[in-house]
Amino acid sequence: MTGPQNAERGDTCLHCGEPVPQGSAGGAQFCCSGCHAAYEMIQGMGLESYYQRRCLDPGQPSMRPDDDDTRFDFQAFADTDEQGVTTLHLMVEGLQCAACVWLIETVLRQQPGVVHARINMTTRRLVLKWTAAEADAEQLIGAVTHLGYRLAPYDPSLISAENQQREKQLLRAMVVAGFAAGNVMMFSVSVWAGKDMGEFTRNSMHWLSALIALPAIAYAARPFFHSAITALKARRTNMDVPISLAVILASTMSLVETVRMSEHVYFDSAVSLVFFLLIGRYLDSRARGRARAAGENLMGLKARAVTILNDDGSREVAPPERLKPAMKFLVAAGERIAADGIVLNGESDIDTSLINGESVPVQALSGEKVFAGTLNLSGPITVEVTQTGEDTLLSEIVRLMEAAEDARAKYVALADRVARLYAPVVHTLAASAFLGWWLIAGLGWQDSLMIAIAVLIITCPCALGLAVPAVQVVAGGRLLQRGILLKTGTALERLATVDVAVFDKTGTLTRGTPHWVNRDAISEDDIHLAASLAALSKHPLSRALSREISGVPAAEGVEEVPGSGLKLMTDDGEVRLGRRGWCGVDDNAEHVEAELWLSRPNVTPVRFAFSDQVRVDATETVAALKAQGIHVMLLSGDRDAAVKAAAKAASIDDWHAALKPADKVDRLHELTNQGKSVMMVGDGLNDAPALAAAHVSLSPSSAADVSQTAADGIFQGDKLAPVLEALHVAKYADKLIKQNFALSFAYNVATIPMALAGFVTPLIAAIAMSTSSLVVISNSLRLGLGKGFTLKRQTDPQSNKPVQPAAHKET
Amino acid sequence: MESLIYLIPIALVLGLLALFAFLWALKSGQYEDMEGAANRILFDDDDTPTPQKKEPEEKSKDQD
Repeated sequence: MTGPQNAERGDTCLHCGEPVPQGSAGGAQFCCSGCHAAYEMIQGMGLESYYQRRCLDPGQPSMRPDDDDTRFDFQAFADTDEQGVTTLHLMVEGLQCAACVWLIETVLRQQPGVVHARINMTTRRLVLKWTAAEADAEQLIGAVTHLGYRLAPYDPSLISAENQQREKQLLRAMVVAGFAAGNVMMFSVSVWAGKDMGEFTRNSMHWLSALIALPAIAYAARPFFHSAITALKARRTNMDVPISLAVILASTMSLVETVRMSEHVYFDSAVSLVFFLLIGRYLDSRARGRARAAGENLMGLKARAVTILNDDGSREVAPPERLKPAMKFLVAAGERIAADGIVLNGESDIDTSLINGESVPVQALSGEKVFAGTLNLSGPITVEVTQTGEDTLLSEIVRLMEAAEDARAKYVALADRVARLYAPVVHTLAASAFLGWWLIAGLGWQDSLMIAIAVLIITCPCALGLAVPAVQVVAGGRLLQRGILLKTGTALERLATVDVAVFDKTGTLTRGTPHWVNRDAISEDDIHLAASLAALSKHPLSRALSREISGVPAAEGVEEVPGSGLKLMTDDGEVRLGRRGWCGVDDNAEHVEAELWLSRPNVTPVRFAFSDQVRVDATETVAALKAQGIHVMLLSGDRDAAVKAAAKAASIDDWHAALKPADKVDRLHELTNQGKSVMMVGDGLNDAPALAAAHVSLSPSSAADVSQTAADGIFQGDKLAPVLEALHVAKYADKLIKQNFALSFAYNVATIPMALAGFVTPLIAAIAMSTSSLVVISNSLRLGLGKGFTLKRQTDPQSNKPVQPAAHKET
Repeated sequence: MESLIYLIPIALVLGLLALFAFLWALKSGQYEDMEGAANRILFDDDDTPTPQKKEPEEKSKDQD
């Protein structure tokens, strides 16, 4: 042990900020040797000001450098140009704050050969360029991974540039429209104000307006024209049809009026209409940008490499797609298994939590089946492939998920539903105004058309176009601050109607990590001994034990036997901590909990029991949901007893155990057929199809990649409260959206009669339109400003009752 | 009123300049990473800091 030993309070690691275990390999100030090395490296490069500058974000993964890292085939993603400069696109995991960006960039730039290293903080992607002759990928990436960040290569062409391109185009259109609106308004105001203005001056003003407005409209209104044409071709109508119609008619009519040297010129209304609507569109697109980036990052992480063992004994690193049945591959401790197969040799513990939600690892001996996506924990194993790609359990789940997703794609956003009703009304009104004035009232057709256009401009859903996106942007920002990321645009609307909440057990309702529960039953000496063995092991049960017992130094000479446990030679004989059979226990009693046994020569073995605890606020959350009239269910793939215990701890009455992924989907369909809106909260791979099938779904950030992709939203942290928060914000947002609709309808109700009567002048049109938009936007902002929005007090008055701290009682 | 003849073009040209300046900024990727840009300014050493360079910095911190 090398680290500084004299820290007065070596409570948290200097590098990663996690508690320092006693007898840590990194010394008294570091939780592990990895952190110590990272700290030394940063010091050595003269970058220690990093520690002053950063702020650790508890929602992000820990900065502890993991030695159990998945390996990637970096070379396959690196791209070298003629000048010998290699470019690699990487995703960065573990960024805490801007200081991390600075640290990574600086560390990389100090490496020989690096010519460019820049992280986009919004998307968390890194572009790295270096001279191929001077450095290689592994070495550069090693420098960053040693600091505790995880890097994964991705193929930038897989990430849709299309959306980004569209967003940029919207922004350009918005800016052009804004410029034109400002300038045209400048002329319009002078026309309105200058009643004594000469005719020539007024006409020049109109001509100037036309000069600015027409090209700007031609450019900036293209998104609306495009969407309107698409809708009309499909024989539908949407909000963009009346918008396009109003814009086109208003500008043509204004041009005609300008030529006729008449007074009624609506260029300002046409341009500012386009401008306001583009603001709405752009906000809408921005709100999804970040969520989209997160989703794409998940997709990119599929680029893991496997080590294939050839028949002649040679090894090669290759992408998993190359695996074929009967090929052999090596899985080191800490790696994910790439394909379904049979263990040929080696022993290990496999963490299958992604597949079946089981939190305690299962033993893998040679001859046993292992599944793609599971994590190899303790020892290296060689696996012979039995199934690949399409045939694996993983692909089966993905197929189920895709089938379920199809059904959900049919959901129609609220704004579109309103538009379907609204657009025909607007058209009818405008047409009847024209026909009424022309045929019945006997007005000239030009004047009748003017009135019809005024109706179109006044009714044009400018405020309607802002009603939804403005609220969604504010709500999305608010949720993001609380660690909740909504990935789909309509998630907020769908959340607002939830009346059944379905939870998964392991990792969702519970923490997904085992917790030692029978401390009282074991003597201090035994605890001490067990803890000294377990101190340095990475097995989840050992970790659970060391978490509970601090102050026990690691024993020297502990040996880990993969798939069995830990052993230590003492003067009295061999001490073992591990599986029941390996510790020589004959007791065959079945227990709900996971267990470790401690055996010593001539002493009865001692049993350490572990169970998965429900999250701290699970009971509270369930109670709060029930208080809102939401029915709570627990669907799990785990055994009956374990599910029952968790359900009881969280006070859920309606629980079902031993469900396969397809069973979960069936249950959800049953509920849907009863007319319920189901919210699914789950994390495991086995939940992914159910997440896709539910009306709306949330997933903790610890969830499997596939599940995060399937879910509508992802929440961070150890608590379930974000679920309530999301529901609450969704309900509030729903209320505001409806208010916004009501407000803009109220405007229309007040102004349409004026327009129909022919009283609307360009001035009135401009005022009505901007004020209604401003009112809608300010109303939406209330969601962000809303004081006293603390969740606990508002949503669950019953939450003052003490929360049951844990589920220990269940034995 | 005659002043309008040159004032209006001046106003329009200034507005157009601003518009093109923005479009150029957009094209050159300055809006790609709003979050990063906001934070980068807090880390003043754009260039790779050399060990000598960080020496004076040493004094200013060191509490906590």
